[in-house]
Amino acid sequence: MSLDKATVAKIARLARIKVPDDDLAALAGELSNILDWIEQLNEVDTRDVPPMTHVAAMKLKWRQDEVTGAAPRDDVIANAPEERDGFFTVPKVLE
Amino acid sequence: MAGLADLTLAEARDGLRNKDFSALELAEAEITAVEAARGLNAFITETPERALAQAQRSDARLAKGEGLALDGLPLAIKDLFCTEGTLTTAASHILDGFTPRYESTVTAKLWAAGAVMLGKTNLDEFAMGSSSTQSHYGPVENPWRQAGEDRPLVPGGSSGGSAAAVAARAGLGATGTDTGGSIRQPASFCGVVGMKPTYGRCSRFGIVAFASSLDQAGPFARTVRDCAILLGAMAGYDPRDSTSADVEVPDFEAALSGDVRGLKVGIPDEYRVDGMGGEIEKLWRQGIDWLEGAGAETVEISLPHTRYALPCYYILAPAEASANLARYDGVRYGLRVPGDSIDEMYENTRAEGFGQEVKRRVLIGTYVLSAGYYDAYYLKAQRVRTLISRDFTEAFEKADVILTPTTPSAAFAVGEKMDDPIAMYLNDVFTVPASLAGLPGISLPAGLSDAGLPLGLQLIGRAFDEETVLRTAGVLEDAAAFDARPGRGVGE
Repeated sequence: MSLDKATVAKIARLARIKVPDDDLAALAGELSNILDWIEQLNEVDTRDVPPMTHVAAMKLKWRQDEVTGAAPRDDVIANAPEERDGFFTVPKVLE
Repeated sequence: MAGLADLTLAEARDGLRNKDFSALELAEAEITAVEAARGLNAFITETPERALAQAQRSDARLAKGEGLALDGLPLAIKDLFCTEGTLTTAASHILDGFTPRYESTVTAKLWAAGAVMLGKTNLDEFAMGSSSTQSHYGPVENPWRQAGEDRPLVPGGSSGGSAAAVAARAGLGATGTDTGGSIRQPASFCGVVGMKPTYGRCSRFGIVAFASSLDQAGPFARTVRDCAILLGAMAGYDPRDSTSADVEVPDFEAALSGDVRGLKVGIPDEYRVDGMGGEIEKLWRQGIDWLEGAGAETVEISLPHTRYALPCYYILAPAEASANLARYDGVRYGLRVPGDSIDEMYENTRAEGFGQEVKRRVLIGTYVLSAGYYDAYYLKAQRVRTLISRDFTEAFEKADVILTPTTPSAAFAVGEKMDDPIAMYLNDVFTVPASLAGLPGISLPAGLSDAGLPLGLQLIGRAFDEETVLRTAGVLEDAAAFDARPGRGVGE
């Protein structure tokens, strides 16, 4: 699978990572190499094989539907790079 | 108090109980050893004041005869475990200044058992790597050197700081996490013992997430017994991790009976891979002879999908990572790089905050999960994972435990394999399969390479049968009598 620059730019956008245009070609090469190597999985016949979503045949536990472990607001906000009046802040999203 | 840092964890425990020395004296000796090992860059944060304060509390309990399981025993903590009030970085720029307001379950259990924290150890950023060179805080150096050379070698990764610290006697033991080999491979490179328990054995609560279906915490130490002691304190059900297993934690130390008579040890033919050094093959043969000499029986087993484990892993782990790392958005913690819009702020923050390998994996993960490719990559890999797991299930009908090399080579030089991600990924060829199957594995030092570097053997067990793994490892350890010591960073 060979990725072109436009595809890498699209993935980078989906992943919200800024990639300068000058870096796209090199990154496309690197990612294509990894994908080529990964594609050896196509040799494996997986018809009728169920996908594994958990390693242990374990049932998830049920618990009472109660509020638990809610952290105090000061703790939640303590590591915010920017806060105002006890709230997280972000750049303006509405005009 | 020279020499205290050289004790094994079990010896130090017994010495404290016998009042041969105090927890404070032990902590002071370990703090000195951590300082002496600074050239290795094994620690991101040292916490000597905290160590001394904890040691004093241990001494108070020990004086009253109320000593806890790990009372007064100094440990190094991989900087992927959240520690309340102590900087937690995951070796990433994007977690700049992050000081958790809560404690991971595993470390909370260690402190509740009386253990003492020496500091937080360096690692590959977000535990993504096999060399501990991919850290925002600079590469970790292996305390070992090739005979007659002074070229710095990698300690393996991602838990390279923990492995290097334990090898350099800067900590009686350490915590690590293992997603595809991140405990076992550095243990092998640094000549120490490292164990990844069964998935679900230790809580993942408060561990910075990489690939949640694979991540598992485990111990490093210089002996199998020490690992057993640490694992006993780290393990246990935790309602705050939905994948934590509600199973009883056995007395792992008591499993070390030294008796493997009649035990069936599986030898998988598929682990004889191209490019594996002759000395690795020889060591493996030696391991077989040791176990047979102790009365175990070896049986040929087949794990036919072994060669597909790495490509399978390099779909699943990046896919999970791309989802887990979505939380680093410059809003709630860590680094924030301004932008004109919220999206630009996200993009700038993540571009500056993530290192090269992390970006590579997030992008691969985003791609394999994206519309149109999900079935071809992600679902395909999940199906292959089923086959890899079945291989082990069938093998364990014939064998009680599996013996393999831990890595296809000894430690390599800092800077090597950096421009070839796939060459780096191949380090984990022997450790990834057990990770995908969620099985317990241990690496223990079994010999030296021709160049004088440590080489590890790996034992893999059935799910939740750490006891057989540890028992077998104990027998191998006795037979190997590995007593070589690294030359660098070790205070005398």
